[in-house]
Parts: sequence; C-alpha cells; structure tokens
Amino acid sequence: MAPTDVAAHDGAAHPAHHRIVNDFSIQVATVNGSGSQTANLVLLRSLFQMGVPVSGKNMFPSNIAGLPTWYTIRANKDGYVGRKKEIDFLVAMNVETAREDVLSLESGAAVLYDEPLKLSALRDDLVFYAVPFDKIVAQVCHDAKLRRLVKNMIYDGVLSRLLNIDLSEMDHALRRQLGKKAKAIELNLAALEAGSAFAQEHLAKRDPYWVERMNETAGMILVEGNAAAAMGCMMAGVTVIAWYPITPSSSLPETLISYMKKYRIDKDSGKATFAIVQAEDEIAAIGMVVGAGWAGARAMTSTSGPGISLMSEFAGLAYYAEVPGVIFDIQRVGPSTGLPTRTAQGDILKVATLSHGDTKHIMLIPASVEECYTMAMVAFDLAERFQTLVFVMSDLDLGMNTWMSPAFTYPDAPLDRGKILDAAAVQQVAEWGRYRDVDGDGIPYRTIPGSGAPAYFTRGSGHNEKGQYSERPDDYVHNMERLARKFDTARDYVPKPILIGALDSDIAIVGYGSSHWAIEESRDQLAREAGASTAYMRLRAYPFTEELEAFIDHHQRIYVVEQNRDAQMLSLMRLALSAERGAKLRKVLHYNGLPIDARSITDEILAQEGISQKPSVTPALVGDTE
Amino acid sequence: MAVTTPDLPKKTNRIGLEHTLYRGGKTTLCAGCGHNAISERIIDAFYEMGIDPKEVIKLSGIGCSSKSPAYFLGTSHGFNSVHGRMPSVGTGAVLANRRLMAIGVSGDGDTGAIGIGQFVHLMRRNVPIIYIIEDNGCYGLTKGQFSPTADIGSKLKTGVVNDLTPIDTCALAIELGASFVARSFSGDKKQLLSILKASLSHRGTALIDVISPCVTFNDHEGSTKSYAYVKDHDEPVGEVSFVPFFEDISVEYDAGTTKEVQMHDGSKLYLKKVAEDYDPTDKLNAVRTIHETAQRGEFATGILYVEPDKPDFLELLNIVDEPLATLPTDRVRPGREVLAELMDSLR
Repeated sequence: MAPTDVAAHDGAAHPAHHRIVNDFSIQVATVNGSGSQTANLVLLRSLFQMGVPVSGKNMFPSNIAGLPTWYTIRANKDGYVGRKKEIDFLVAMNVETAREDVLSLESGAAVLYDEPLKLSALRDDLVFYAVPFDKIVAQVCHDAKLRRLVKNMIYDGVLSRLLNIDLSEMDHALRRQLGKKAKAIELNLAALEAGSAFAQEHLAKRDPYWVERMNETAGMILVEGNAAAAMGCMMAGVTVIAWYPITPSSSLPETLISYMKKYRIDKDSGKATFAIVQAEDEIAAIGMVVGAGWAGARAMTSTSGPGISLMSEFAGLAYYAEVPGVIFDIQRVGPSTGLPTRTAQGDILKVATLSHGDTKHIMLIPASVEECYTMAMVAFDLAERFQTLVFVMSDLDLGMNTWMSPAFTYPDAPLDRGKILDAAAVQQVAEWGRYRDVDGDGIPYRTIPGSGAPAYFTRGSGHNEKGQYSERPDDYVHNMERLARKFDTARDYVPKPILIGALDSDIAIVGYGSSHWAIEESRDQLAREAGASTAYMRLRAYPFTEELEAFIDHHQRIYVVEQNRDAQMLSLMRLALSAERGAKLRKVLHYNGLPIDARSITDEILAQEGISQKPSVTPALVGDTE
Repeated sequence: MAVTTPDLPKKTNRIGLEHTLYRGGKTTLCAGCGHNAISERIIDAFYEMGIDPKEVIKLSGIGCSSKSPAYFLGTSHGFNSVHGRMPSVGTGAVLANRRLMAIGVSGDGDTGAIGIGQFVHLMRRNVPIIYIIEDNGCYGLTKGQFSPTADIGSKLKTGVVNDLTPIDTCALAIELGASFVARSFSGDKKQLLSILKASLSHRGTALIDVISPCVTFNDHEGSTKSYAYVKDHDEPVGEVSFVPFFEDISVEYDAGTTKEVQMHDGSKLYLKKVAEDYDPTDKLNAVRTIHETAQRGEFATGILYVEPDKPDFLELLNIVDEPLATLPTDRVRPGREVLAELMDSLR
C-alpha cells in the first residue's frame, strides 16, 4: 500500500475547521538503545524555542537495549507541564508495542507509524499517517550502519510539517544537541528535511493539532531536576561527594562531576577543591559522608530507595552522634527492586524515621527543578546548622525528566556553617560539652578535628553532655529530649509550605513534590468542571510547620495527594497532628509508576465529594471514604 | 597546706609534649587483654614520633577492639562508628581534611566478617589510614563466638572446633594492593613499636594485623590465638629497626643480611633477615611466605610488605593541599559568571 493511499482512505476524526492549538501530547514509542533520544529532545526543544510551554517525560525500561520505551512531550499554552493522561499524537516506531499503543488511544488521536507496521486497520476513529521510514532513510543515509541512528529524525521532519513546527527551529535545536559533530549534523539534517519533504508531498493534514508561536518561554531554561540539584550542590560549596550508581539517582552525581571538573578546579594549582568517590556500595557512600561531615566538610550522597534502605544504620548514627550530611533520595517505585525506572513518592515515611530506635530526620521536598537547585543549598545549611542529616526528597519524574523553569538566581546568602567552636572560642566558654544545650534550642556546639579546638569522642553508643560513654537512664532521657527539642527548632528553619488559593475554599488539597504540577492543573479542572474553588497547601519540608495545622482548621475535608499506595505523607501528618485534625484527611493516591496526572486527581476528588457522575477508571487510584 | 616541690624538668618529646598527653581514658577491657598492650604501644609510638594529638583522629567500628581508641590519645578527636564500617568513615574524614593523621582500630570480626567489603575497598584505594586489626580470632563482646580469622581446628572454650578456612587479612591486603602490610603480636613490645612507628612514616594505608589474645574467651589449650600458642609459633620474617627522619643516626649494617627501606617522609626502615632471605618489597614472596608459615601452623610476623612510593588516594584525586573542610566560600562557590554560563547552556 502506498502512503498516499493510506492518507486517502483513513477516516478523518475531526472536521477540518477544528483546530487545537498548542495543547496536545505527543508520545514516541520506540525501543531503547535505538537512538531516539536526540530526535525527541530536538522535537521538545523546537517547541520550546517557538515559545510554547513544554515538558518531556521519558518512560523507559530497566534495560540497555531492545525493550520498549516511550517518550512523551506535552505542549500546553496554559503552562501545564504535568503528565497528560491522554495521548493525542502517537509516533509508533516499535513493532512490539504498536498494537497496544494504538488500541489504548482515545478516539480522535493521531498516529504516525512506520509503514510496515500496518496499523491503520486497527481502528477507524483515529487519524493515521503511514511513513516508509526505511525507504526514506536509505535515500539520505548511504551508510547502512548509521541508518538506525538517523531514522528517528525523519519523524521529527514529518511532525514539523504536520504540526507546523518551523523546520529552522528543529535545525537550530539539532545543531545545539549535536554540538560540533559535523558528520552527524549533516546526516540528521538530511533525514529531518527528507521527513518534512515526504510529509509535504504525501500526507494530507487531517488531525486537529497545531503549533503556533507564543512568547511563554522567554528567559526560561530546560533542565532535569538532577542537573539542577547538581548545580545547587556546587553552589552550596559541597566538597566531599560519595555515591554509588543507582537509577534514577546516578545522573545527579554524574552531572555534578562534570560541573565540578569544569568550575571547581583551583586556577593556580590545577587541583580539585572537592573529592568525589564512587563508593563500593551505599553503606560506604553514607559512611564517607558521615566521616567527612564529622571532620567539617560539606558532604553529600545521592541515592534511591534500595540505597536508602542500606543507609539506615548510618542514618541513625548521624542522628544520634549529630553529624551533618546531605542525602538526595531520587525516589523510584518499590518495594525491593520494584520498578527501577518508574517514579513514586514511596520513601517519605521510611526516611522520616530512618534507622532503628527513635529517630527523626529533616526532609526537604522540591516540587520543581528550581527547588532542586535552591533546596540543595538550603539542605547543606540546615545540615550544618542542625548537625544532622538532611534528606532532599526528589523523585524520578522530577530528577530525570526535562522541565521548563525560570532561570536560576545566584545565591546571595552566605553559607551557614552552624555552631562550630574554634580553639579561641572554646577559651571563652566556661565549660564546653559537646552535647550540652547552651542556647535552649537543642543545638549543641561542636569542634572540628584538626582545628586545634578541644576534642571529644564521637559515638553511637549512649553518651552524656560531654560525649562520655553513659548508660545512665537520666543521661539517655536528657539527651533524647534535647534531640527532640532540636528537631522542634528545625520547624523555624525549614522551608514553609506554600498556600495557593484562598482559605475556606470548597475543596482543600495538600500535596508535595512533583505532584504539584498535576494538582495545579486539577484545580483548574475542578473549577471548570464542578465550579469548585480550591485551597491548596504544598508541603515543602518535614518537620511540619504551624501553617499546616491552620490550613486544616479552615477546612472540613482535606485531600492529601501523593504517589504511593499507603498514603505515607498522610500517615506522617496523622502522627504529628491531633486526632481531630488527622480525621479530616482523605487519601488521593496514584502509584502505577507513571507520573501523576491531573485527570486522575480531579476524578478522584469529585468522586469522593460525590460530585462526579463519572466513576474513577484508573485501577491505580484508590480513594479513602472514611 | 602547701607543699612546694622544686620544678623538675619534665621529659617531653621533640614537639615538647609530655608522655601523659598521649594517654587516654582508663581501659574497661579485661585485665590482661592484648588490646591494652596495643594501646600502650600506640601511645609510645605517637609520643616518640612527636606527632601532635590535635592532628590525629582515632576511628573504630564496633567490638572490644573498637572501644580501645578511648584508651589512647585522649586529646585527639575520636569516632567510634558502626560495626564494620570504620573504613568509610575514615575515608570521608581524611578526604575532608588531608592534614589529619588517621588511626583506625578494628577487630577480626569487625574487619573479617561484617566489614570485609569496606576493608577490601580501603586497601584498594590506599587511603592514608593506619588500620590496626586487634586479632583474637573470636567475638569477645558477645562472649566468644568464632570470627573469620579463627584457624581450622582451633577450639572454643565450649569445645566447638572451627572447621572453616580462616581469612588471612595480611595476604588479602597484599593481594588487594595495600602498600604497607605487617603482622605482629601484642606481647612483642619491641617489634610492635617499631612497626607502628614505621606505619606513621608511611603514606597510604598501613595494615597491621596484631595477634592479641582474648584472655577471657580464647586463651585456653586448643586455641591457636592464645598467649602460649602465639609465643611458640611467632616466626618473625626479620628484625625491624626504625630510624625516624628527625633522628640523625647512621646505622651500620651488613647489606647481605639487612634490607634498608626509605619511607616516604625520609625515615628509614632496617629489616634484618632472620632465617630466610626475606625482601619486604617483593609482593609474591610476601604472599608465599604468609601461606607457607600458616601451613606450618606458624605466624609470619614483622613488616611483610611495603611499597613506600605508591601514590595514595588523595594524590589520585588531585585534591588541593589545604583541608577541603575549611576552604573559604570564594574557593568553593563559583562566581555569578559560572551560573550565567550554565543558564545560557540550558536556554
């Protein structure tokens, strides 16, 4: 069947005058290792360059080559960058998944597919565009070995024509992507142009999706959360980094390595103002962080769920012996190995009390790439101020996917190195005790090895105010109560939650982290579809602050939106709140490994409110009707 | 009532510090525990080498041995960390401040069982830490269970016989690329002191496995880590003489019977051969000797292997000369132009 025939016979789903501008999602289904990432990023960036708000999400397998992978690009004029549940435009390149991919589309969607897949017979309510990729690539790339790599650029070319994306913007994005690789640029440009030419000649536009220039991305950047966090760590003055490879965390230290090698080499000596160690496991990684933090360095590691589990013993030591350190947890789906390449907010409850005995840890919860950057700096300050570990709870969606953001600003605040006594300062103190609460805030003063200040013996065993070994009940209780007091003090220092919308609204929502973007979109849906006003409190840290209690007091039912099965943040809130307040909390959960989407939240809240006629259809979504 | 005594000149070391300053808290280990003798030798070695305790950090894991850092160098910062993980804590501390002199004390369980992974990687990295294993072949603090260094056929007090192959930490360390490997006996004051002093002159990891009998749980007939057994089966590979860099002593020796090794800080090590022609810079010979003596039921002691010029981990990482921990902000926070450049690359 010739491609022109396909175009002629496929049924059009929309009347010609129906135009949907800058509001659609494109999903590229391919196999991993096929080199589609360049084509996907060029597509994403060309939309961005045209001023259209975009986000890019990679749904990839835990595998190196040969398994299905999907890259989803969302363009949205209103700035919604959360995942869109429905796919509007499918690029079907993977023979293994093509059938299921097509069958799962909503009516009216468009499908661009590799001609031999013969997909157009599957449905009559979609728009199909068949493209003979192999024929086109053979014409532009004579080296058969390279064809696989440039083939993907053809769908960019076809899409540029179908969606009205300027080819010059794709050209620009491609050159930027490939840098100085002249040969690669030449081949890919040829493929891009061939795809565009093919579409012009053979494909009649029958889908409703169009791109038009906007001006919504001026001054913005495109970046992944892990890279943003790496920038924040570098700007925070981190000096010791120990890590162990684990998806989806690895790109944080790896990006950090590239930045540090470029920007943190002493100009005079040519030597590094940092040490980065790939440790033998996560236990060693956090052990090095604890050792370095104890010796006065700003030290960090980055990991994900399995690494967090391994780090728990050291986390307890750092809590009890009061050693600073920063741990990034780029959360993925558990338990156990779980779905290593899918996203979740599944470590919240675990990390809050990581380790045996009574422990509590400060958590910072970024919702944006910008907060990955700023909270990295806050984390180091808080770790040294409170002489404890600070966990930055990012996730795969935030860490590894590409997000639009205002450009980051340079930090003006000086580093807070906390309560450190040097040799001279100790002379001023009548009697220094390492674990003595002099200021009433629970935070003692420490001395740094090698500084000439008096020494103390650091231990994970019971100790008194002077750091001496003690099994006395009163010493133990006194110390534990001081640690609790110190944790209370942290409430005044952690980033406060952000209230969006007015108090006393119809519907109250609490959310955190990467769920933020879907929640914001859901609020608009709730207003549009149910006329409901919403008050939304975005948590940014643990311990909770008084704003949360005030928020709860203003509402009868509060929907806590999170990406895990067991309502972990809700549970943590109930531990901290009065029973009366805790009883007002309702679960809205999403935990199928895909980033949470607005539609799922809206449907669930409306169902629980008894407003929606439409029952929830997402099996991964569980409501709480208590 | 005031009693005046004339000020007698107190004995001090080369940096003017008294011996008492190198002492620590009162030991809580059993009377006669080999570990206490090791603590005494550590005190002597640091005193005699004239090392400022304020520049020393003491590290340990968990167990009887790991308690001992509280009993020496009381004015040094100490860190009794978690079981088997002292190497990582020490690595982090040394990275934070390369000027610190780190001494870690571990046990045979802390090293050979729970901590074998971190031990292995510490040896590979050649992190500048003195790593002492106080090796008694059993778990003292939990009342005498076998550890992974217990010899085949060695008997517990309860009569249980060990039938698993022991881990020889010295042979393993050499295999892993350690640059200073020694074995000694807590009862051999002279040898242990010389080895400790030499280790203080070494750049890189110095592993010292010290057979240190457990008087409570492993000092009986049938144990191969008892005082009596070790005394009978100690087989020094050479007599260790150490001349520190700050002592201007010329040693006359017979080149045919003594091997001179120049340490990284300029100190000199003289190893007088005892029985065989032993060269501590010959890795293969060192491993062979360890295994051959073990087969005879003996312990080869002394400095078994030394590679004074092997680059340490800090050199490999190319870290600045100053402590990372205290670099001023302007050296660790890049300027506005760096952030601007990064932002431009993402637009």
